[in-house]
Amino acid sequence: MTISTETIKQIIRPYGDTTGDAMVQVSFTLPVPHGSRAAAAALQLAGKMGLDPASVVHSKAMGPDFTFFIVYGKATHLIDYAGISVPEGREYPLLTPQQVNLAIRTVLGRELVVVGACIGTDAHTVGIDAILNVKGFAGEKGLEYYREIQVHNLGAQVEVSELVARAKACDADAVLVSQVVTQKSAHLHNTKQMAAAFAEACGLGRPLLVIGGPRFDTVTPSDLGVDRIFGKGTTPGEVASYLVHALLPTWSPS
Amino acid sequence: MKLDLDPEVVAKARRLAARAAEPIIELARTHTTVSVERAVLRLAGVTGADADGTPWVNRLVDAVRDQVGLEHGVALPVFHALRDDPRELVRARFTIPSGADAVRARERARAAVGRGIARIDRNRADRNLLLGKHGDPEPPWIYLIVATGDIYEDIPQAQAAAREGADVIAVIRSTGQSLLDYVPEGATRQGYAGTYATQENFRLMRAALDEVSGELGRYIRLTNYASGLCMPEIATLAGLERLDMMLNDCMYGIIFRDINPRRTFVDQRFSRQIHARAGIVINTGEDNYLTTADAVDAAHTVIASQLLNERFGHEAGLADWQLGLGHAFEINPEIPDSFRLELAHAQLVRELFPDAPLKYMPPTKHMTGNIFAGYLLDAFFNLAGVLTGQSILLIGMMTEGIHTPWLSDRDLALENVRYVRRAAGALAEDFRPAPGGFTVTRARQVLAETVDLLDRVADDGLLTAIAQGTFGVTRRPADGGKGLDGVVAHADGYYNPATELLEEGP
Repeated sequence: MTISTETIKQIIRPYGDTTGDAMVQVSFTLPVPHGSRAAAAALQLAGKMGLDPASVVHSKAMGPDFTFFIVYGKATHLIDYAGISVPEGREYPLLTPQQVNLAIRTVLGRELVVVGACIGTDAHTVGIDAILNVKGFAGEKGLEYYREIQVHNLGAQVEVSELVARAKACDADAVLVSQVVTQKSAHLHNTKQMAAAFAEACGLGRPLLVIGGPRFDTVTPSDLGVDRIFGKGTTPGEVASYLVHALLPTWSPS
Repeated sequence: MKLDLDPEVVAKARRLAARAAEPIIELARTHTTVSVERAVLRLAGVTGADADGTPWVNRLVDAVRDQVGLEHGVALPVFHALRDDPRELVRARFTIPSGADAVRARERARAAVGRGIARIDRNRADRNLLLGKHGDPEPPWIYLIVATGDIYEDIPQAQAAAREGADVIAVIRSTGQSLLDYVPEGATRQGYAGTYATQENFRLMRAALDEVSGELGRYIRLTNYASGLCMPEIATLAGLERLDMMLNDCMYGIIFRDINPRRTFVDQRFSRQIHARAGIVINTGEDNYLTTADAVDAAHTVIASQLLNERFGHEAGLADWQLGLGHAFEINPEIPDSFRLELAHAQLVRELFPDAPLKYMPPTKHMTGNIFAGYLLDAFFNLAGVLTGQSILLIGMMTEGIHTPWLSDRDLALENVRYVRRAAGALAEDFRPAPGGFTVTRARQVLAETVDLLDRVADDGLLTAIAQGTFGVTRRPADGGKGLDGVVAHADGYYNPATELLEEGP
């Protein structure tokens, strides 16, 4: 007899100190003066968030018009863990700088050209510099350190048109763009604008477009028209390995 | 002194910093920039912008430059051409006057710029009056940031922060501003991760803080950023609108914003002359180096840069009480003795610059998203601050790196620092590192490395050191970066009434 996997459920609840107690903790601010009425409002909000019973363990006035709450409560929602698929991990192997250099030499037979920039009004070059500068990040040297990678770091506040022109002029294989500022979704807007400009200028022959920044967790590459998004904590080695994977798919490290 | 530093080593470090700074000072004395010249016109009372939003000072300086060049400065040709209506000036034919015409133009320029400087002097006197009237808070001053992009949202947030305990309010600038080669005009309601620095925004915020200072019985200081391509003009506007502290580092723009080194050093000297006259405390940006470099390996680059900032500041007329030298609590908390290393560094800075209002910056690099661990790290930062007698504490946010601070983040951060001040505010008195112990040894090692580095910088030249990536591990060649085309060597007969008046002193 076969059992369909859909029929096997694995129900889980949050864990405080006892299996199944479903206890969670939240904190928030309400724009009302501190007092018993504010606490009642906080409890009603907790209830609507699915915490039942809930208790306000701390409330504090922040000026005359705001109150801060810490609330504990029992979550009434259930999660079927069996129905949660494993998110995709890194789809390529992590290579050493030597392996990356060897791959480029073997398959490409010339230096791999990377252009990097912060675009739009974003002046925060820390991210792109961490990936590109020799100094690197988290103990790993940046792409400038890779003998077979030619790096052009254009720096901060580069116009999209300038980026496209420079990428074409040096025949870039890949363009790396970092975006930190998220106010009014500038990071998403700028990235889409850049992808559209490359599509228009280069068509299908456009370079690989890689975007990095701490706040791209709610979008996919295809939403933005780029090939890959890297988040917070990405190391230069991960980026270099990805470039080999995406640009030199025939190579394998064995 | 707790670290028992060898005074001869300290003196040597200062001598080397002075030697490294000298060629740069000479460069700054013999060159001007488009922004220095625009600042002269701002002091002379030129305000406003054309219909496209281009400030008149930019229009005028560009016109002078196109017609006769900037080698003689903008004051002579502009005041020679000035008739009754200043608006006619943009259509004027500029010439460099000679003889009696030159004398007359010089006198008129000096008188007009003198009125701007007199306004700066009045603001300084007003600040002293208000400090007496409302009261000057005890150090460490609590420094909080507001940054909504909209000056009319910033104002109530700044007032709320002052009521919650902030002594200093910094309005973070829009991230795009450092690379703009003009200062926007008027009150602004949209910016990216900050609010544009404009004369009107300065005026509005200063007035709002004066109001809340009266209410609280404590003078609330206002800070902005004299950095980027318009550093001299923003310094001037700060003096004209009675700002109290200005971020003004000698190398920050070069390293972190890729602004040309020569441009930065020329602009910086003029800005600091204004700050000196205005009684403004500058804040330097050494903390930033540690966001790219390792805070242990690069500790000596912070000290070296502070000594350079001190030398450049003194030369421009700043007194020790105006040198808010920066440093930061950025050592990886995973390494053993990280807190002791922080104490060694912070105490070293305190003892090297006993009269400077040191600005101590909270952890950012090792704030991981674990807000609870972050809150603990911020408490250790506050403790290191009071234990080593730091003067200005920028208050760390547990949500650093996640989002711009929420109201509750700021409130919790203030609760944290208030607790540490209450519980351990006077602990500096009891803090006596063991002679020859870990803290003392580490501080001496950092000082020795600083001397070695400054020795190399003095020999090779500061511009070469910057080009080699000595500071913030970022290489910036002397002819690279933005703004070099705005640097002009003085011709014989260059005239700048602002520099003349500032160097004469009040």
